Amino acid sequence: MSNPLQDPPDQYALRMVNIEKYFGQVRALTDINLDVARNEIVGLIGDNGAGKSTIVKILTGVFPPSSGELYIAGRKVDFRRYNVQSAHVHGIETVYQDRSLGEKQVLWRNFFIGRQIVNRFGFIDVKKEKAVASEIMLNTIGFRGKGITVESTVSQLSGGERQGIAIGRAMHFEADLIILDEPTVALSLKEVAKVINFVHKIKEAGKASIYISHSLPDVYEVCDRFVVLDRGEIGASISKKDISLKELDEFLLEYAHGRKDKQQP
Amino acid sequence: MNFVKTAYRFLGRLEGFAIAMVLLVLYIVLIMAAPAVFTKPMIYMSFLETVPPTLIAALGLTLVITAGEIDLSFPAVVSLSGFALSWGWRTFDPAYGAVIGVVLALAAGALVGYLNGLMVARIGVPSIMATLAANFFWYGISILLAGGLQQTLKGSDENLVHQLLVGRLFLGIPLQALWSLALAVFLWFILNRHKFGESVMFIGDNANVARVMGVNVEATRIRLFTFNGMIAAFSGIIVTLDIGVFYPDQGNFLLPAMASVFVGGTSIAGGAGSIFGTLFGSYVIGSLAAGVVATTISGYWVQVVEGGVMAAVVILNAATGKGDFRSLFRRFRHKGVQEFRSAGVQEDKHSA
Repeated sequence: MSNPLQDPPDQYALRMVNIEKYFGQVRALTDINLDVARNEIVGLIGDNGAGKSTIVKILTGVFPPSSGELYIAGRKVDFRRYNVQSAHVHGIETVYQDRSLGEKQVLWRNFFIGRQIVNRFGFIDVKKEKAVASEIMLNTIGFRGKGITVESTVSQLSGGERQGIAIGRAMHFEADLIILDEPTVALSLKEVAKVINFVHKIKEAGKASIYISHSLPDVYEVCDRFVVLDRGEIGASISKKDISLKELDEFLLEYAHGRKDKQQP
Repeated sequence: MNFVKTAYRFLGRLEGFAIAMVLLVLYIVLIMAAPAVFTKPMIYMSFLETVPPTLIAALGLTLVITAGEIDLSFPAVVSLSGFALSWGWRTFDPAYGAVIGVVLALAAGALVGYLNGLMVARIGVPSIMATLAANFFWYGISILLAGGLQQTLKGSDENLVHQLLVGRLFLGIPLQALWSLALAVFLWFILNRHKFGESVMFIGDNANVARVMGVNVEATRIRLFTFNGMIAAFSGIIVTLDIGVFYPDQGNFLLPAMASVFVGGTSIAGGAGSIFGTLFGSYVIGSLAAGVVATTISGYWVQVVEGGVMAAVVILNAATGKGDFRSLFRRFRHKGVQEFRSAGVQEDKHSA
C-alpha cells in the first residue's frame, strides 16, 4: 500500500486516515488507514465483530469516528455535517442488503427519490425522470428482466434485480465511491450471479467500490484488492494478482488460527 | 378481444375507478328502490352540500394514512377552527371579521397539526396515541372557549366569504362541492407529482429507505401533520359557514371520514394512497344513510346497510389489489383447497 500522505489526494476515491472508534471504553476500530483508488474495487473481509460494519457505518454517516480523518475524492469530510441523509451529497452511495428501495413504489420514483428532477415549485418532471430511468436500466446496468419497465413496482422484481436497480442508481448519480454492504445475502445463486454482473459494471464504468460480503468466491471474483480486518485492525491488504482464491482462503484460515494461537497463553 | 383487455387494464389503472363503479351501482339501486327521490336533482344537491366536510377531512387523512400514520384529532380541529371563525365573525364587523375568522381557523388547525407532528416525529409517540390525546385536549379547549354553547353567525347569507365558500352556483350547485373537488385535484398533484407527496409515499412504504435516500423524514412528517391540520380546519370552516352556526360537536364525523378513505382503496399499510378513491368513497358513505331512509325501509336498518356495504367494498379492495377481479376468485379457491387439505390431514391422523 502506498503512503497516502505523499500522493496527490484526488487520486483516491476514498482515504481513511488514522480512524479510530470507541464505544465507551471499548475500542472497535484501531488506527484504520484505508485507501481506495479511483476505479478500484476493494473487498473488505473479516469475521463477525472484526469491525466491517463499524467502518461501513462511519462511511455512510450513521455515526462519526472518535478520531481520524475521512477524504472522499480528495475532499475532507466534516463529520458535524455528515449523516445518512447527506452521504450521497458527499459522493458515497450505499447498496444495502435491504432498505435501498421502496417496495411499493414504481422504479422511476426509486431512481430519483431524495433528488427528484423538479421545477421551482417542487413538482416532479415525470417525463424526464422516466426517460432517464429507462436509460439507466438499459445502458448503465443492461437490465434484461422480462416485462420489467420503469412503471413496474419494486415488489415485482427479484432480489438480484433489486440490487441491480440500486447499483444502477448509484452509478448514475456519479458516486465517487459505491459501498456494497452484503448485497448478496439471502439471494439464490442465480440472483447472486446477477449482482456480481452488476458489480462488474461498476468497474467497467471506471468507478470505485468497497464490497463487503461473507462469500469469499464472490469477493474474489469482483475485487481488485482484499483488505482483511481483524478485531478492529487492518490485518493485511493483498492484491488479487498476488494470490489465488485457494491461497486467499488458506491465508484467511491460517490467519484466523494464528491469531487464535497467539491469544492462548 | 385484445382491445377489451387493454381497455380493461387501462380502466383498472385509473385511480378510484372501482369505487366510482360502486357509487354508480349504488345510485342505480337507489333509483330503482326509491325512484320518487332519486330521479330528482334535489337529493343530489343535498349530497353535494353534506358530503364535502367529510370529504375534505378524508382527503387530508388519505395523505396521513399514505405516510403510514393516522390522525384522529381532526374532529377537534373542525370544532376549534369553527370556534375561531365564529370568534372572528362575532368580534369584528362580519364583512372583514369573516376573513379574520378564516385565517384564525386555518392557523388554529396548523398549530394543532404542528404540535401533533412534533409529538410524532420528534418525540416518537405513535401517531394513533398522540392524535387521540390531541383530539380530547383540543375538543375540550374548544368547549371551554365556547362555554359549551353554540354560536350563530349573524347575517351569514349576505356575507361575501360565505357566498364564496358555501354559496350556490348556477342550478343551485353548492360551491363547497366544487371547492372540495378542487382540493382533491390539488392533493392528487401534491401526492403524485410533487416532491413532498413522493416523500410521503416512501416514508409510508419504508421510513428507513426514505432516510438513507436523503428524505428528511422528521421534517416531512411534521409538515404533513401541519398540512393535515389546515385541511381539517378548512373542513371546519365549511361546516360552520354552511350551517351558519358553530357548535362544539360539529366535527363528529371521524368514523365516516376514515371509512371513506378505506372504502376508496387506500391501504392502512401505507406507501400508496388513492385520492380519487377517497373522493368517490366519501360520496358512497355519505349517500348511504339518506338512501336507505328514502327507500322507506325502517331507519333502524341504516347502520346495518352502511356496515354491510363498507365491509363488501373493503373486502373487494383487499382481495382484488390492483383492480384484477380474477385474483378474488383465485384467492377464494385457494383458501378452499387449503382448508380441504388441512381437513384431510386431520382425518389421516385420526385414522392412524
